[in-house]
Amino acid sequence: MSHRLKTGGRLIDRSRDVKFTFNGKHMKGFAGETLAASLLANGQTLLGRSFKYHRPRGIVASGAEEPNALVGLGKGDRYEPNQRVTTTEVFDGLTCETQNHWPSLDFDLLAVNSLVPQFLTAGFYYKTFLRPRAFWKHVYEPVIRKSAGLGKAPSPDARDPDSYEQIYAFCDVLIIGGGIAGLQAALSAAETGARVALWEQTAHWGGRAPVDGVTIDGQDADAWVAATIAKLEAMDNVHLRLRCMGAGVHDHGYVLGYERVSDHAPGTDAPRHRLWRMRAGQIVTATGAIERPLSFAGNDLPGVMLASAVRDYVVNYAVSPGQSVVVVTNNDDAYRTAIALRQAGVGVPAVVDARAEANGPLVAEARAAGITVLTGKGIRKVKGGKKVTGVEICRIDSKGTAFTEVFDCDAVAMSGGWSPVVHLWSHCGGKLVWDDTHHFFRPDASRPPLGADGAGFVRACGSADGEMGAVLMGAHEAGLAAAKATGASGTPPAPATDQVPDMAPMDAVWMMPRNAEYDLRMKMWLDYQNDVKVSDVQLAAREGYQSVEHTKRYTTLGMATDQGKLSNINGLAILSDALGQPIPATGTTTFRPPYTPISIGAIAGGATGPVFQPLRRTPLYDWHAENGADWEPVGQWRRPYTYIRAGEDRHKAVNREVTNARTNIGLLDASTLGKILVSGPDAGRFMDMLYTNMMSTLKPGKCRYGLMCNENGFLMDDGVVARLSDDAFLVHTTSGGADHVHGWMEDWLQCEWWDWKVHTVNLTEQFAQIAVVGPKARQLLERLGGMDVSRDALKFMEWSEGRLGGFDARVFRISFSGELSFEIAVPASQGRAFWDRLLAEGADLGVMPYGTEALHILRAEKGFIMIGDETDGTVIPQDLNLNWAISKKKDDFLGKRGMEREAMVHPDRWKLVGLETLDGSVLPHGALAVTGGKTANKQAETEGRVTSTYYSPTLKRGIAMGLVRHGPNRMGEVLEFAGPNDARIKARIVDPVLYDKEGAKQDV
Amino acid sequence: MSDMAVSALPGASYAGFVTVAEAGLRGMISLRGDVAAGWMTDAVVAATGCAIPAQRRVERAGDMAVAWMSYDELLILCDYAAAPALAAKLGDLLSGQFATVANVSDARAVFTLTGAQAGDALAKLCPVDFGTLREGDIRRTRAAQVAAAIWVSGPEEMTLVCFRSVGQYMFYLLSRASAPGSEPKLYA
Repeated sequence: MSHRLKTGGRLIDRSRDVKFTFNGKHMKGFAGETLAASLLANGQTLLGRSFKYHRPRGIVASGAEEPNALVGLGKGDRYEPNQRVTTTEVFDGLTCETQNHWPSLDFDLLAVNSLVPQFLTAGFYYKTFLRPRAFWKHVYEPVIRKSAGLGKAPSPDARDPDSYEQIYAFCDVLIIGGGIAGLQAALSAAETGARVALWEQTAHWGGRAPVDGVTIDGQDADAWVAATIAKLEAMDNVHLRLRCMGAGVHDHGYVLGYERVSDHAPGTDAPRHRLWRMRAGQIVTATGAIERPLSFAGNDLPGVMLASAVRDYVVNYAVSPGQSVVVVTNNDDAYRTAIALRQAGVGVPAVVDARAEANGPLVAEARAAGITVLTGKGIRKVKGGKKVTGVEICRIDSKGTAFTEVFDCDAVAMSGGWSPVVHLWSHCGGKLVWDDTHHFFRPDASRPPLGADGAGFVRACGSADGEMGAVLMGAHEAGLAAAKATGASGTPPAPATDQVPDMAPMDAVWMMPRNAEYDLRMKMWLDYQNDVKVSDVQLAAREGYQSVEHTKRYTTLGMATDQGKLSNINGLAILSDALGQPIPATGTTTFRPPYTPISIGAIAGGATGPVFQPLRRTPLYDWHAENGADWEPVGQWRRPYTYIRAGEDRHKAVNREVTNARTNIGLLDASTLGKILVSGPDAGRFMDMLYTNMMSTLKPGKCRYGLMCNENGFLMDDGVVARLSDDAFLVHTTSGGADHVHGWMEDWLQCEWWDWKVHTVNLTEQFAQIAVVGPKARQLLERLGGMDVSRDALKFMEWSEGRLGGFDARVFRISFSGELSFEIAVPASQGRAFWDRLLAEGADLGVMPYGTEALHILRAEKGFIMIGDETDGTVIPQDLNLNWAISKKKDDFLGKRGMEREAMVHPDRWKLVGLETLDGSVLPHGALAVTGGKTANKQAETEGRVTSTYYSPTLKRGIAMGLVRHGPNRMGEVLEFAGPNDARIKARIVDPVLYDKEGAKQDV
Repeated sequence: MSDMAVSALPGASYAGFVTVAEAGLRGMISLRGDVAAGWMTDAVVAATGCAIPAQRRVERAGDMAVAWMSYDELLILCDYAAAPALAAKLGDLLSGQFATVANVSDARAVFTLTGAQAGDALAKLCPVDFGTLREGDIRRTRAAQVAAAIWVSGPEEMTLVCFRSVGQYMFYLLSRASAPGSEPKLYA
C-alpha cells in the first residue's frame, strides 16, 4: 500500500497540515505537495475508472503527462472536471471526486465491459452499431454515453465566481522550462544584456535534476538552483514566472503562457488564471523529457507507475507507492528509482532488466546496495485486480507462455526510456529526427521553426533537445545563441558543469515479452486515457491503416486531455512494427497547442460582465436610462427603442411617440449618426466617387441626401451630406455604418487615390445630435432664440451655424419623418444640457422624446428606405426606385460598373413597393409573397418579400414595404404572403409613400 | 458654451494598485497635414509654442502639448475652453495649405493612471511594451476591444485617451485591471 515515509520530502512542509476530502472522505496532506502525493500518502491508489472498459486506474505519473488520475475538483460554481491530481497543488478545503464509474469507484458495474473487450476494439464505433439503424439513437448511443467518458460538465446553472485575465508581455529571449537547462539558458542569455523571461509550469525551480542526484560544480543541484535563481532575480532584465506553462508557440514569436495564479490559494483577490500573450524575439524550449511506460500485460493496474514518478514521490514528497516495489526497465536510469526506494527503506524485490547485460555505474550501485538484478527478462503479467499484488517474470525474447519467476509486490516502477518534450518545438513547424541510440524523436536543429526572416526562432536545450547526459553547456550555448540572434552583444561567463553518471545504452522494448501472444497483447495498454491496447493498434494496421494520423483517429490513440504524452511513441512503434517499417518512416502525429488543456476562463480573460463587449453610450444615455428607455442594440450603441411609461407596453409607447411627433414635437437622440469630415482641395472629386449622385455641385450651406454603394453596386450606406465650405463636406452615415464608412474612405484614399488631397476625420462623437421633429418644432427653437430658423432664413435642406439658446449649434433643416424637422448638433459635452433645455422649454408644446421604433414608423409612413431593412447587401439603388439619386453625368463612381452588369439591369429584379393588407393587419416581418406555383426544386415559388412592416398609428392600420417582381408595374394587384401555420395574407401593392406625398408638411 | 459642458464620467475614480481617475474635459484638436512640412512647423509653433514632436513623442509648452499621431496627423492638447479659438487660429495660420483642423475635445474621454504600476495595469489591456516607454512617449493602440492612446505624462503617470462613448467601458476596464491583488509585477 502506498504510504508516507517517516523522513525526507524536499518540497513538503511537515509542520503545515492540509485537510481535504476525496469522494467525501476526509484526508490530510502536507503543504507543498501535489494532490497526487497527498492521495498516495493516504493509501489511495485507486483513482478512477477507464474510459471504455471501466478498468480500475491509479496514478501513473507525477506531472502534466498523467493520463489516469483525473478528478472533478471543487463544488457547485467552482466544480471543474478532469483536473489532473499530479499538477494540482493540494490546499486546505480542497474537495475532489472521482469520475466515470457507476455506481461507485470501488464497485463499478460497467467493468463488465472489460469482459467483452471484443466489442470495444479499435474502430468499434464504426463496425458494431450499424444495425438495426434505429438502435443507434435509442439504444447504443445512450448506453455508450453513460459508459464512456471522463468528467461531467458543470451544471448549466453554475457561474464561475473567479476572475481571469490576460496580459501582454515582450522579451528578447523566452525560455520555457525552469529545470537546470532552462535556468542556465536564462542566465547565459541574461548575462548578454538581453531581456529574458523564464517560465516554469510547476511551483518549483530545478526540474528533475535535484531528484536525480545531479551535482553541479561539485554541489548538489538544489544549491546551484537556489543560487542561480537568486542571481536571476537580482537582474533587471530578467522576468521569472512559476506556475506558468508555455502553452503554445505561434508565428512571429508569439507564445501563450498559462499562469495558474491562485489555483493553489483560492479565496485570495488574485485572478485564478492569467494568460500571457508574449511576443518573444527568440524562444528556447527547455521543457524536459517524459518517461515512457513499458507495454506488458496488466501495465494499467493501480500501482504500476513510471519509475521517474516513483522517485519523484519518494524524494520530493516522502511518499512511497508501495511497501515492495519491483522495478522493470530497459535502461540504466530506472536504477535511480531502485536506489532511491532502497535508501528510503522501501523493499525492492528485484530490478527486471530487459537487456542481456546491465553494467553501468548506476547498476553497479544498485547491486552494491544488495538489490537483485535480473537481466534478459521482462514482466509477463501483473497480478492483481484493483491493485498490484505481484508480477510474473518471463524471458524477454519469449512468447510469455510461462513465467520464470514470481515476485510479490504492491507496486511496479517501469521505465521504457524517455521522450523529449518536443511539443513547443513542433507547434510552429520545427522538425524532428529519430535518435537510434536513445530511441526517441528529438528536435532537428537544422530544421527549426522559421520566422518571417527565414531564420529559426526556436531552440531546444537539455533533455527537451534529446540531451540525456550533461546539459548545462548545451543550455548555455542555446541561451547565448538566442540572445545573439536578438542583437545582444555581451559575453556571459562560462556555464556551470553538471556531473551525471555514465549510462550504458538502452534496448528498444516496445512489447514485453517481445513475442507476446494475443491474450497478453490485449492486456497491454498503450493509451490509458482512451483504453487503447497493443492489440488495437495491430488490428488497425491489419485493417489497412498506414498513416499514423488515421490510426490515431481510428483507434483514439493519443486523443483526449493528455494528447498521448505517454502513449505516442509506444503506439507508433507498435504501428511501425505491424507495418514492417522503421519508426521514422511512420512519423509522429501533429503536435498542436495547447501543451495541456487551459481553462476557458483564461481564454476569455477579463471580457466578462460589463466589459464582455464595449457598449457605446451617447451623451444622453443616462437620461434615457432614467426615463424608461427600452434599449435596442445598434452596432455597439444602445439606443432607446421606445420610452415606456407607466401603464404602457412597448406597442402603446411607440404609438404615443409617433402620434406626438406628428402633432406636437418629438425629440430623437440622433447622436449615433456617423459624422465624418471630408476636407481638402480634392474633397469634391472624392465625394463624387463615394456617392452615386453628384456632390461636388452642392453649395456651401446646403444639404443633399446621397447613396453610397460598394464596388458591386450594392447599396451600402445613405445619409445627408452638408457642404461646410468650398473644400469641406460633412458626411452623415447610418449609426451602424460610421466606422465602416470611415474605414472605406481611408482604404480608397490610402491604397488607390493616395495622391488625392483629401483628409477625413471621424467626428461622430464630437457632437450630440438631436432631431426636433413636428409641427411645433420651429416654435420651440424660436423660444430658445439666437438663430433665425424661419422658413426663408433656413430653407429645407439647408444648414446654419450659430448660438441657439446659448449653445454652440449647427442646425440642419432636414427631415426623415416627413414633418417640419431640425437636426441640431451641439458639442457632445453640452448635449445633455441642450436636451434638458429642449424638454423644459417645450413642455407646454407637448415635447416628447421618441425612440428608434417610432423613427422607423415615421420614415416608413413617408416611404423612406432604411439601410438594413430595405437593403441586405444584394439590393442596388435601382431596386428601390432611387434612380433619381444616380448621376448620369459622372464618368465614374464606386459601384457604377457593378450596376451595369447583366443581373443588375435584369427586368425581373424585385423592386420596392408599398404593401397594404386587405384586412388592415400587420404583415409578418420578412414574409414572402408566394405565387402558388412550385420551383424546379419543388419549393414554393415566390415573387417578393416584406422588408419593413409596422402598425401605423397615423393611418391606423398595418403598413409595409417590400421588394416585388415587376412591383412598380403592378400597382393595385393583390399578392399572397405566407404567414405562420400556412396562413396566406392578402396585401395590395400600393405606392410606398403613404403620408404627405407632396411633402407639404416638411416644407412649412 | 463650456459652462454647460460635462465630461464623459465626471469625477469617476478608482483606487486600486494604481489610481484611475477621469480627467475631466480636455481640449483636443486634430491636425491633419504633412507633419514634416516647414509650414506645419511654423503654424504649430506659432499657435502652441511647442515644437513638432518626433515619432510617437509628445512636446509640451506651458499648458499646451502636441502629440505625434502619424506622419500626417498631430493631436494638440490644451485647455478645454481654449480649443475653439485655438482651432480657429490654426485654421487661419494654415489657410492655403493642404491641412485640416478639427476640434475633437468633445469626442474624447480622458483618464489618468497614477502609480508606479500603471504599466502593469495597462499591460493587461494593451499590446504595448510598457518597459520601453519613457516619459513623453505616446502610443496609439487598443485597450481590450476599443481604440486608445496612451501618453506617459509624468514619472508615475499615464494619460489614456479614448472615445467618449466608451468612457464607461474604459473605466470598468481600467478599474478591473488595477484591482488590488491582481498585480502582475511585470514592470514594477
